[in-house]
Amino acid sequence: MPGEAAREVRFHVTRYNPERDAAPYVQTFTVPVREGMTVLDGLHYIKENLDASLVWRYSCRMGVCGSCGMLLNGRPMLACNTQILHIAGTDLTVGPLPNFDIIRDLVPDLVPMFQKHLSLNPFIVREDDEELNDPAGEFYQSPQQLEEYLQFTYCIKCGLCMAGCPTLATDARFLGPMPLTSAQRYNSDTRDGGRGLRREQAGSPHGAFRCHYAGECSHVCPKGVDPAKAIQHLKRSLVLDYLHLARKRQPCEKMHGPGQGQPLANIAAPPARTV
Amino acid sequence: MRETRYWTWHMAAGVVIFFLLGLHMLIMHTGGITGWFSPNGGSAVSKANSLARDRMLFFTVTYILLLGTALYHGLYGLRTILFELTLKPAVEKAISLILLIVGLGLFGLGTWAAVGTHALALAGGRG
Repeated sequence: MPGEAAREVRFHVTRYNPERDAAPYVQTFTVPVREGMTVLDGLHYIKENLDASLVWRYSCRMGVCGSCGMLLNGRPMLACNTQILHIAGTDLTVGPLPNFDIIRDLVPDLVPMFQKHLSLNPFIVREDDEELNDPAGEFYQSPQQLEEYLQFTYCIKCGLCMAGCPTLATDARFLGPMPLTSAQRYNSDTRDGGRGLRREQAGSPHGAFRCHYAGECSHVCPKGVDPAKAIQHLKRSLVLDYLHLARKRQPCEKMHGPGQGQPLANIAAPPARTV
Repeated sequence: MRETRYWTWHMAAGVVIFFLLGLHMLIMHTGGITGWFSPNGGSAVSKANSLARDRMLFFTVTYILLLGTALYHGLYGLRTILFELTLKPAVEKAISLILLIVGLGLFGLGTWAAVGTHALALAGGRG
C-alpha cells in the first residue's frame, strides 16, 4: 500500500562461496518490508542496498520459470511467489534448496536433476519420424485422454519437489519426483509410444519403487501438480507391464489434414457440452 | 525390470503373509475355545494339540510358505532401507548377495525343521 509504514524483517540468509568458505554460514540483514513485497523483492533490496555480493537465481518474477526455488522458513518455495508477510513475522530464514549441491549462496546445482530427467526420455516417442519432423496433420486426443496427463504438464521443473523429498535426502541416486512425474506424464499421453523405453530406468533400483509416498513433493509444488500420485500410477503401470496385464496400447493415429479428419471410431467421444 | 520383479513379489508376499499370519493368530488365540486345529481340547499350544497339527501336511506346507514369504518380504525391505544410504554399486551387490545367502540359509534351516517335525509327529512324537 503506498504510504503504509514499512515493517522491519530480519533476513537470515545462508551464504556460501565454495572458493572462499569452508562451509555455509548465515548472515543477517534487516529489510524494510511493505505489504505485498515478495521474498525476491527483499533479496533485491539486500543486493542493492546492503550487500551486492549476494547471489541467487531468478528470471520471470511470476512463478512461471521455476528458477528462484529456495528454502524459506524451512520450506521449499518460490521466492517470487511468496510474500514476506505471509510467512514471516520479524524473522525469515532464506537458504538454498536442500538435496542439491550449492553453487553459491542461494543457487542450487540443478544439473543432476536434469540428467535424471533426461534419462527417462521426457518427450513424445513415436516411430513415424517423418510426421514428427514435418507434421501434416493432427493427432486426435479426446478430453478424457488429455485429462490423464494434463496436470503433470504444469510442472515447471523448479526442483521444489526434489528438495522436499525425504527419500532423496538419504538416497542421492533416487530419480526423484520431478523426473518420475515427467515419465508418467509421457507414458499416459496417447500420442506416445515410448513406455517400453522408460520402463528400465523407471523400474531401476533407484527408481519409482523407492518412493515411500511421504507426499511432501505434492505438498510443496507451487503449481498444484501431484507428483506422489504420478509415481503411484507409474509403479502400477510397471507392475502391470511385468505381469503382462497392462492394456495393449498403440500411439494414437493421425487425422489427415487439419480440419479434414473425422474422430477415429475407436476413440471415446467427448462428453456432451453442459454450457 | 529386475527391481519391478522384486517389488511385485514383495507386494505379493505381503498379501500372503497377511492371510497366513491371520490364520496363525486365529488358531493360536482362539483354537482353545473353538477347537479349530486343536482336536484335543484345552490350550492351542499344548503338546498334544501341537503334535496333532504337526501331523497335518497342510500345516507343514503353510509353515514353509509363511517362512519363505516372511523371509523374502523382510529381507527385501531391509535391502531397500540399506540401498537408501547412497552406497557404492559394489557394496549394493555385496549386500544383495549376503541377504540372498542368509535368506536361503534360514529358509533351508526352517524347512528342515518343519519337515523334520512333521516326520517326527507322524512317527509318534517322542520328546
